Amino acid sequence: MLLRYLFILLIIIPIKAFALIEVDITRGNLNPLPVAVSPLSIDNESKENFKKILKQEDLGSEISIVVENNLRQSGLFNPLDKNAFLQEPDVANLKPRFEDWNLIKAQALVTGKVTFVDEKLRVEFRLWDVLAGKEMMALAFTTVPSNWRRVGHIITDKVYERLTGEKGYFDTRIIYVSEEGPKTKRIKKLAIMDQDGFNNKYLTLGNELVLTPRFSPTNQMVTYLSYFRNLPRVYLLDIETGMQEVVGDFPGMTFAPRFSPDGKKIIMSFAKDGNSDIYTMDLENRIVERITNHPSIDTSPSYSPDGKQITFNSDRSGYQQIYVMDSNGKNVKRISFGNGLYGTPVWSPRGDLIAFTKLHKGKFYIGVMRTDGTGERLLTENFYQEAPSWSPNGRVLVFYRETKTNSKGEGFSAKLWSIDLTGYNEKMVETETDASDPSWSSLLSN
Amino acid sequence: MNLSKILKNALLIILASLTLAACATKKTSTTGQIQGDVYTGTDSVEYLASGVPDRVFFATNETVLTTASRETLRKQAGWLRKNSDINVVLEGHADERGTREYNLALGERRANSAKDYLMTYGISSDRISVLSYGKERPVDSGSSPLAWSKNRRSVTVKAN
Repeated sequence: MLLRYLFILLIIIPIKAFALIEVDITRGNLNPLPVAVSPLSIDNESKENFKKILKQEDLGSEISIVVENNLRQSGLFNPLDKNAFLQEPDVANLKPRFEDWNLIKAQALVTGKVTFVDEKLRVEFRLWDVLAGKEMMALAFTTVPSNWRRVGHIITDKVYERLTGEKGYFDTRIIYVSEEGPKTKRIKKLAIMDQDGFNNKYLTLGNELVLTPRFSPTNQMVTYLSYFRNLPRVYLLDIETGMQEVVGDFPGMTFAPRFSPDGKKIIMSFAKDGNSDIYTMDLENRIVERITNHPSIDTSPSYSPDGKQITFNSDRSGYQQIYVMDSNGKNVKRISFGNGLYGTPVWSPRGDLIAFTKLHKGKFYIGVMRTDGTGERLLTENFYQEAPSWSPNGRVLVFYRETKTNSKGEGFSAKLWSIDLTGYNEKMVETETDASDPSWSSLLSN
Repeated sequence: MNLSKILKNALLIILASLTLAACATKKTSTTGQIQGDVYTGTDSVEYLASGVPDRVFFATNETVLTTASRETLRKQAGWLRKNSDINVVLEGHADERGTREYNLALGERRANSAKDYLMTYGISSDRISVLSYGKERPVDSGSSPLAWSKNRRSVTVKAN
């Protein structure tokens, strides 16, 4: 259960460079940028040391594979086949022969070097503009060897940021609900994994039903719903220590929790006597505030990134629709007016959009709209899908999708999927078990 | 009661479910009935005592009790009056065609709608607790309107 955050980040050579290559992130994967990720060079002694500690044959190559997979998964880059590379990793890292890389149509090149220094892992990497024949970036990191995959993710974030002009989202994790067993008696556990599906860990044992985990912006804490002792309540879990506690002392079900952007409050629904309203609890002074007071169902609250507004789901019009209000509960405005029902609004970390689930004519959609309800765009349609969660840079959504069963009630599955804000690059996120209710963390580094 | 009209409605819904679920078999028509989107069959129903069904069913997105549901709850109230040492949990459920969080609220509302009715028939609120499972515990794992109708329910369960 104990997760390691120990990470020593050392930047040695920040280089000023001009954006020569540019990736247009607004156009999806129509024209992914051809990029060569050279295996990182590694000397024999370091190789042997890492082999002993990490059971990895060639750590330099393994880290480059992490980077390559991340870049491919983003849909914005097309990592080229390593078999076509002409230059050895160590030579390329010193001074690439740009003609060679040009020949295989690489526009950008990632090279690097891995060494074992004082029981630690030291990685340097360089990003090259092949056409211009220039170094765009050079950085080095030192960390504990077990963090090697994170080094790959951080390199990807740096490359992504340098080439797109936007922050990356690769050094992140996803917390979700792992599902097993028949649909009528599903066993659910909290689980956490790296954004690329590696380092999966279960955080609960499956003895009680757990739902809707959400990361704190500070990353140490998670809030979720647990049916511990058959009392559905919002809990707070420290993923480092495994300590958990009930949030507040409510005489009924609390559910649909999320953190405020500063991580200091939890906003959630409290259901009593057939009515659900929205409340907040301050985690420091434990003061509970009632935010909505309406006989309809008010749930799924989500703060704007500046904390000044809240979007939520209510059926006060007769059916589920999306509303926005001030953080004190004043100025409630309905923003969804399209055909169908709308649920699970989540405010983008960039502030400009709200992602949602829509049900219309028996189909479920994941979509986005501006915060005043205009500009609705449906990104994906399916038999069942819901619960979008934003990547920290607001470019990608992760959600879950369930399959229709056959006439005997067989064939049910639930999986995580991701899709680009553009509606392109829809991909299944591999998980060990069935999975639902994903929540994306913010960037672990910086 | 116009029985032929009820059967016609049920048949229409079953036909609709057949077209929706392309792989549904003819067996569907014998496993249960739906009237106006509310399950009226006995497939999943259990009994608290002889003649006292344990559950009531709801229409999609609805929390209103049907005539049949009110009759079931009156029987439950009668049974609870006779067995004053028994407390109950009303477990509210929703079908899988709704978002998880909204369905938790909906299940709570359905169970409370049953609770309120029991209270009007003299059962003290101290004896009734409410627990919503949302869409987490379907009784029928099917993806058809019939399966969904069985899953939209409030079940009265002995607590002691």
